[in-house]
Order: sequence, then C-alpha cells, then structure tokens
Amino acid sequence: MQTVAPIENQTMHRDYLPGVGDFFELLKPRVMSLVIFTAIIGMVMAPGDIHPVIAFTAILCIAVGAGAAGCLNMWYEADIDARMIRTADRPIPSGRIDRQTALHFGVALSTASVLMMGLSVNYVAGALLLMTILFYVLVYTVWLKRRTPMNIVIGGAAGAFPPLIAWAAVTGDVSIEAMVMFGIIFMWTPPHFWALSLFSCKDYKAAGIPMLPVVSGEAETRTQIILYTLLMVPMSVLPWVLGFAGPVYGMVAMILGAVFIYLVGALAVKKDIKTARRTFFYSIFYLFTLFAVMGGEVMIGRML
Amino acid sequence: MPLHEEHKKRAGRNYALGGILLAMVALFFIITLVKLSVI
Repeated sequence: MQTVAPIENQTMHRDYLPGVGDFFELLKPRVMSLVIFTAIIGMVMAPGDIHPVIAFTAILCIAVGAGAAGCLNMWYEADIDARMIRTADRPIPSGRIDRQTALHFGVALSTASVLMMGLSVNYVAGALLLMTILFYVLVYTVWLKRRTPMNIVIGGAAGAFPPLIAWAAVTGDVSIEAMVMFGIIFMWTPPHFWALSLFSCKDYKAAGIPMLPVVSGEAETRTQIILYTLLMVPMSVLPWVLGFAGPVYGMVAMILGAVFIYLVGALAVKKDIKTARRTFFYSIFYLFTLFAVMGGEVMIGRML
Repeated sequence: MPLHEEHKKRAGRNYALGGILLAMVALFFIITLVKLSVI
C-alpha cells in the first residue's frame, strides 16, 4: 500500500544545491506546454498582422507568466503538496528548493513577463497577463482551492486566458471570438480535473483539499462531469457556427464531443478508476486536437 | 554533495543564467529595431 509523504519532507537538504532542472520544474512545464499551445492557436485565429518578433515575445511572456503563476502556486501550496503522493516530489516539498527562493523566483518572473508584455507588445495584453497571474495565485490558489469544491470551476478561468491574451497581443482588444475560445477551455476544465480527482481522491482527502469527490462523493462528481461536458460540447462547436473556424473544425468538434459524451456516460455507468483515467487522458487529447484543427484549418485556408 | 559535483552544478546554473541574460539582451535589441521599423 502506498503511503502519504510525510510533512517533514519539506525540510531542506542541507548539502543539496538546486540545479537548473529544479527551477524549471517550479514552472510546471507540462501545464506550460498546454498554455503555449492554446496561446499560439489564439494568435493564429486573431485577425490582423503581428511582426514575428513581437509574436514570439508575446508567446514567451505568456509562457513565462504561466510558469511564474505555477511557481507561486507551488510556493503557497508546499504544505499540501507534501501530503500528496502525486506532488510530494515537487522541488519545495522534496527539499530541493526552499520556499523563499521559489517566492522570489515566481515574483521576479511574473513582474518581468508582465512588464515585457506591456512594453513590447501592448498594454491590453500586459494587463490581461497580470490579471491571469493574479487570478491564478490569489483567487484560485489562496482563496478558493482550500475552501470550496467549486475551486476548479472558477479557478479554471486562469487556464482559459492564454488564447485571449494572445488574441489581444495581435488585435489590441478582446472580441467575441476570443471569448468563445476562453469559454471552451473554461468549460473543459471541470470535467478534466474532476476526472483526475476521481482517481486521486485519496491524495486530495489526505491533503484536506475540498475537491468535489471528497466533499460531495463520486456519484455527484460523475453527474457534474456529465453536466459540464454537455455544456462544453455546444461551446466547442460555436467557432464554426460563428464563422471564425472552418467546417472541418465543426465536424471534428462534433465527433470529438460525441466521444467525450460517450466516455463520461461510460464513467457514470462503470464507476471504475480505469474509465476515470481514460476520461482524463482523453480530455487532454480532446483539447489539443480541437485547438490544433481550429488553428490548422485557418492557417491552411490563409495559405490557399 | 562532493565538491566537484557542486562546482559542476553551480557552473551549469551560471551558464544557464548567462545564456538567458544574453538572449534577453538580443531580444530587447531586436524588439527595439522592430519598434523603430528598421526590420
């Protein structure tokens, strides 16, 4: 049987010198990759021209800002990370980096990314990036995560901002198309994280985080996953309905959405960890494919 | 941690930081050229 990592793991290893990899790990590189990807698609979808150097700078700022927010999240959550098997090996709870260093690193990167975005791209994109970092750190991490099972619903907005910021980097404003892209990720977040929480329930319980399966039970979580998936699928078709994504995207969105609905339906019937795991991994594939097709079709259309 | 290993790690960190600073200088220079419509 696996045991929960002891809290004393948080003490620093005296003879350990943190390396580049440890600092990189603080930036949550896997989350960052999804952020970069959705931001690039947001930029591709936006009408208008942007100089490649400014586009690169905007994506870099979004990536660094997202990493900085992840770093500040790890700084604040070091105590609960140490109690969960999934997160016990992160740099702070495993004693490779002390909390103070992580805090300084996160604040420095946040400040640098926002300033650079505001000064070299535009003020709207800079303000949106600042809002995203503050939302993730203050609203989600500090305020909601330890207080309510709806933490992921509201907090999920932070992860939905990158295409909106990238759109603003190109156009200098926020339009309905950008809001729809925001809406897709916003609606996708609860089914994604609740599927994860279904097979990491013990971890969350041990850490005292009020995730939905811990507070309301697995049956209610499955119902909520179905509800949010049913809201997410029509939202995913909207780009095609509104005319800023092509028919191939519309078709793919409907097929992928139907598979998603089938999977969450199976999750409600089978009630096993295997199906929860499958739903979780499918949700990642779903979002990647949806945005790849959305951006890919528009790019091909522009080339023809 | 053995001393040579610590030196190696410290050198790695310094090279990484130096590389990032150089890249930032280059990026700021290029952004300036873009903003001045030179490129």
